[in-house]
Amino acid sequence: MTASLFYLFAVGLLGASLFVVLNPNPMYSVVALVFGFANLAAIYFLLEAYFIGALQVLVYAGAIMVLFLFVVMLLNVQSDADHPSLPRVFRIGSWWFGALALVFIGLFLLLVGRSALALLAPSEVPPTQIGSVSQVGEALFTRYLLPFELASLLLTVALIGTVFLAKKKI
Amino acid sequence: MTTKAEVVKNFGVVQTEEMVLNMGPQHPSTHGVLRLKIRTDGEIVSSIEPHIGYLHRCFEKHCENLSYEQVIPFTDRCDYLASMANNHIYSMAVEKMLGIEVSEKVEYIRVIMTELQRIASHLLAVGTFGLDVGGITPFTYCFRDRERVLDLFEYTCGARLLYNYIWVGGLSHDLPLNFRQYAQEFIDYFEPKINEYNRILTYNKIFIERTGDVGVLPAEVAISYGCSGPVLRGSGVKWDLRRDEPYSIYDRFDFEVITGDGQMGSLGDCWDRYFVRVREMGESVKILRQALAGLPEKGDVQENIPKKIRPPKGEIYFRGESPRGDLGFYIISDGKAKPYRVKMRSPAFSNLSVINEIGAGWMISDIVTILGSLDIVLGEIDR
Amino acid sequence: MTSFTDSLIELLGGLAWVPENAAGIIFVTVSVLVALPVFLFMTLNAMVAVYMERKVSAFMQDRLGPMEVGIFGFKGGKRFWGGIGQTVADAVKLLGKEDTIPGEADRALFIIGPFILFGAAFATFIGIPIGYGLVISDFNIGIFFVIAISSIGVIGVILAGWASNNKWSLYGAMRSAAQMISYELPVGMSLLLVVMVVGSLQFHDIVMWQEQHRWFLFHSPFTALAFLIFFASGVAEVNRTPFDIPEAESELVAGYMTEYSGFRWSIFFLSEYANMAIIALMSAIIFLGGWLSPLGGLFRTFNLEQSWYFLEGPWWGVFWISIKAIALIFVMMWVRWTWPRLRPDQLMYVAWKVFIPFALANIFFVGIWELLLG
Repeated sequence: MTASLFYLFAVGLLGASLFVVLNPNPMYSVVALVFGFANLAAIYFLLEAYFIGALQVLVYAGAIMVLFLFVVMLLNVQSDADHPSLPRVFRIGSWWFGALALVFIGLFLLLVGRSALALLAPSEVPPTQIGSVSQVGEALFTRYLLPFELASLLLTVALIGTVFLAKKKI
Repeated sequence: MTTKAEVVKNFGVVQTEEMVLNMGPQHPSTHGVLRLKIRTDGEIVSSIEPHIGYLHRCFEKHCENLSYEQVIPFTDRCDYLASMANNHIYSMAVEKMLGIEVSEKVEYIRVIMTELQRIASHLLAVGTFGLDVGGITPFTYCFRDRERVLDLFEYTCGARLLYNYIWVGGLSHDLPLNFRQYAQEFIDYFEPKINEYNRILTYNKIFIERTGDVGVLPAEVAISYGCSGPVLRGSGVKWDLRRDEPYSIYDRFDFEVITGDGQMGSLGDCWDRYFVRVREMGESVKILRQALAGLPEKGDVQENIPKKIRPPKGEIYFRGESPRGDLGFYIISDGKAKPYRVKMRSPAFSNLSVINEIGAGWMISDIVTILGSLDIVLGEIDR
Repeated sequence: MTSFTDSLIELLGGLAWVPENAAGIIFVTVSVLVALPVFLFMTLNAMVAVYMERKVSAFMQDRLGPMEVGIFGFKGGKRFWGGIGQTVADAVKLLGKEDTIPGEADRALFIIGPFILFGAAFATFIGIPIGYGLVISDFNIGIFFVIAISSIGVIGVILAGWASNNKWSLYGAMRSAAQMISYELPVGMSLLLVVMVVGSLQFHDIVMWQEQHRWFLFHSPFTALAFLIFFASGVAEVNRTPFDIPEAESELVAGYMTEYSGFRWSIFFLSEYANMAIIALMSAIIFLGGWLSPLGGLFRTFNLEQSWYFLEGPWWGVFWISIKAIALIFVMMWVRWTWPRLRPDQLMYVAWKVFIPFALANIFFVGIWELLLG
């Protein structure tokens, strides 16, 4: 049951990701990326890592993608379809590209399939404990305190820089 | 509160591509079929160019092929929210050419009708201004009361919007039975309602934030653009033709000329223009009370109507205070039964022309507010 | 504590004729059985809320139609029943209207835009309980799930606005995105404070906590302030006056839904009312004691007999939570029919310079309050 759902979402994720890379229209790519993130979140949910799944949706699909959409929308990025810049061999139409993609997809499916099968076997840690709020919080504030604080510092710097750039008078 | 310069300073720093936006001719808040060509940088508007003419019906050209009394229904359709005032001023212009004196009773009825019309017109202006800033309730309240004025008109002449009531030399009908009592009842009902509007809209914090200090029109600019009516008085200029060039019997009534005082920001902002209208309704009620008290009982309202209107060769310019401002008729007669030329000086046309002056640098939302505060009627601008 | 889904799976799995290891069949069946009531609830909610909105506005604004229009010649009691015909007529009209897609629009995105918005509202209901145990799925991250899923909706709005290929729609979409992103923060922060006090993200735990202590609205001045911030920001998130700048009909015609008509438009409509219900239900659960009876505390205070607790229990819980939610929806309508609209920059001002600083300070002060008095 879980495995079949996993395959469903994995295919969705893969398909969406391929669409992101291969589609010439940036607006469609962003939408496909959102769809991919939703599938990823669903996989997290399958693993009963609800917190990480919801975080995935909130941060990536909800917030960052909105900004992506904004940028694509407002900068009026033209579709690549009208003036292809890549050499022909790199485009979807070329046969070896498709073959390579197939090989990669097959390998990937094999890998994730094996790990998904492994998940079905009983593990040491109860699944509800993986990625719960308290676990994530504990990890962030004890073992990974320094990287966590550094990341927040980086974000603050970015925030101040943005405000400085956007507004002359604060 | 932010000033115009501050808005420009705070929002206009990051220069992006400008976009030309067509507001109208089909837009909910252009008050008719006006088209504003707006240059925007994000939400900030850098210039506004009004394009008019979508409601042009060749009023002035039509007049040249109509006899003088046939023009009156056309004046109805110019400023369709203040038809009585248009009828009144046009009729007075022709009467002046002919040298007709109308009876006391006719004058009183005309003033009563014009002031009732002023209340109805200002109610619509106040209500739709509320709608423009997003408050829907003031609009329905104003329409509830405007309905009662229209009921009075319907009772008098059978029409609710385009009356053709005031004729050259008289009126189409005498007042109906008990009109004085009904009008009195309406006034008594209406006067406390002005406070209700103030409570729901005028002193609302959000409303003040939206209108105070927005679209400030200095007095010099208003005068140089030829603004008149509440738009001019909102900037603090005490100019009202009913007081400064009294026509009809306005010199007999005691009323105040309302001007803006910059209570909620600076003098001449949208809030001032709006509040002038609200207070003018109170003044109209004052005039109505006096006029109803002095209205003569007896008299024929049609005794002075000329059999044939054929003014002597010459020209005349006559103006009066319509709810929107200084409404003038310039009529040239070549001695025939039809006017050689009729030119209408419409107040809303001059009032609209000021929009780029006071609207540039504000946001799109403010353009809607400013346009609402100018209270334009496209039927009068395009004619 | 079992959720609706758990019970369903148990029930189906226990049936004799269901074969062993038919997890797939059970999954599909459960999905359908779960989706149906949510969809029905949303539709019903929209119809009732529209009727309510009509009546509230009619009473407040002297509107005539909703006091008169009956159905099938139904006479009498017009103050209450009048206008019920309009709801039906509205639904029929919307379904019967021509579905137009502008020629220059981006068809694919134009079509999926409303469905993303709808899907987000739909999925949100999965996590919201409407009574003890009456929840589709009881996550251990209840509140967080609801916030996360509802943040997806804005993508639908942006896509709809962009794909319409209309400048007014684009303005609506831009305003909407700016507004929703801004107001998500105060919403999250005011909920964070409750989570901090309770120590759990689950709706059930929050209500349990309130049963043992008191409603969060009355818990401390800071939680009361948090309720105000949450509710006001919630109203902003569902785009209602005074925060309705994305659809501001007097400025942007209809904002991001200018080009939509008929059924597609009604999907926006449905989602808007669903979002209203979500905000009202969440406020009721988190700050107003959810399905707890307001009388419960009273009975307990006076040490009344157990039999006096008759107004509590699962079904009375549904009654109480509905009453609370409807009262909050009424407040939203009341505000809408009273106040004018803010300007976009004023709206941002309110979010970033008033709500967010207050919400942040609130978290700090609640911490101190709990340390000293908790």
